Amino acid sequence: MTFTALGDAAVVVALGSGIDAAGLPQVRALTAALERDRPAGVVDIVPAYATVTVFYEPGRLAGIGETPHDRVCRLITERARLLETEAKKHFAKPARTVEIPVCYGGEFGPDLEEVARHCGMEPATVVQAHQAAEYLVHAMGFAPGFPYLGGLPAKLSVPRRATPRPAVPAGSVGIGGAQTGIYPLATPGGWQIIGRTPLALFRPGATEPALLRVGDGVKFRAITPGELAAWK
Amino acid sequence: MEITVKRGGLLTTVQDLGRRGHRSSGVPLSGAMDPFALRVANLLVGNAEDAAALECTLRGPELVFSADTVVAVTGAVFAGVPAWRPWVVRAGVPLKLGPVQRGCRGYLAVAGGIGVAPVLGSRSTYLRAGLGGFQGRALRDGDVLPATATVRRVGEHWRIDERILPAYATVPRVRVVRGAQAAEFGSALRGAEFRITPQSDRMGLRLGGPRLLRIGGAVELVSSAVAPGTVQIPPDGQPILLMADAQTIGGYPQAAHVVSVDLPLVAQLRPGDGLRFEAVSLAEAQELILAQERSLALLREGLLEKIR
Repeated sequence: MTFTALGDAAVVVALGSGIDAAGLPQVRALTAALERDRPAGVVDIVPAYATVTVFYEPGRLAGIGETPHDRVCRLITERARLLETEAKKHFAKPARTVEIPVCYGGEFGPDLEEVARHCGMEPATVVQAHQAAEYLVHAMGFAPGFPYLGGLPAKLSVPRRATPRPAVPAGSVGIGGAQTGIYPLATPGGWQIIGRTPLALFRPGATEPALLRVGDGVKFRAITPGELAAWK
Repeated sequence: MEITVKRGGLLTTVQDLGRRGHRSSGVPLSGAMDPFALRVANLLVGNAEDAAALECTLRGPELVFSADTVVAVTGAVFAGVPAWRPWVVRAGVPLKLGPVQRGCRGYLAVAGGIGVAPVLGSRSTYLRAGLGGFQGRALRDGDVLPATATVRRVGEHWRIDERILPAYATVPRVRVVRGAQAAEFGSALRGAEFRITPQSDRMGLRLGGPRLLRIGGAVELVSSAVAPGTVQIPPDGQPILLMADAQTIGGYPQAAHVVSVDLPLVAQLRPGDGLRFEAVSLAEAQELILAQERSLALLREGLLEKIR
């Protein structure tokens, strides 16, 4: 476990390196330990790949003979004592698996043909391979509710578009390099769009606004344009 | 009480100190670009310092209040508008902020606060997702804002101690602490003057100036958290200084982070202005925060007798 200051009001706790699924249980275990027993002055806990970043208010963590940074690092270390055991015991498997219905190709997945050409497959084979895989949410970010999913089969890895689209519709499912993800909101974006889900990935009115959270398993399931249109 | 927006201004949004606790879902902090100015504006009208106020960018709004109201304007300076002190606006008499004379973003606090409903625990507007604030967007001509009619008496004949204000300038010296990839950029960030380009907004400021190239080639980084103040270096070598509406995680190398107490200096820069970075230690940066909290605590105490 290493600590690197992210400016003067946050610290990045590194638990490994790379997009490494084996690190995810530890990331989840540390996040859970900090959420369960949150030190006063800690305002945000952000898991991402092999790091957990802790945002805090230095004014509320001032101590005598100890900087707020040193203090928060000490409080995190105290809460990380049983990390490896906890990770193995409670966080080895996904918290839950969320099924995401996707209408692949056509107007909803304008880049499916291009992805298929790049991968040397039929579009239907791309859809099949994308659905067959099991994904894990490693991080949330880029936009509210946007999941960074690990687990894309290597054969579906496609470079991002040379020119990003000025507007990608909400619910678009895309591939960017070795990752696949879902756009929660209409935003500009450079990923190759292969389909669209009718699910809302981000609902600001809900108690838990994001549909997904770090540690969730994700499966995609193909639906027809008719099912997409009829989805409530 | 109601506040009628006669003219929305160039970019006027409802902001408080931001949306905490939702960064793990990818929701940016948002909130005032110049949090110091917002906090002081609120204190000057007797509000809690995290109450919602209006952030008025470059050209301010024209507003009409339905009742006599105490207001304060801080941050950017507007022609003919009292700065950094509370004053009374009469019911029905338009308050015009007009173009800024100095700085970029003014904060208009109203006694009782702007009464929009909180979304995810904050009244801040996050424009990109249409979240929070007044209908998730900038104010437009004809909008009517809810506010609490709060009668407060303001004592006269006193001034804020200007020594507690940030050293606003058009080419400020901005202090930074090291970023995780600082070593890969050598000393390129220090000393040189960077310009604020027009491709700058509440998400971040794109800086023009010497290009920063990584020493020893580009190693692909895995995305991790970023924060307002993070100076990240995309492959073109032109730094991006992330601000209030920045995304929550990013994968560009982080050369430095602007210290919290100097973010207000950055928030008040306009396209064409400049800045120079100066390195400080993390311990110094945190001592600066604690010192600023002490001055704000003194101001808060001093104001207790002057505003009732």
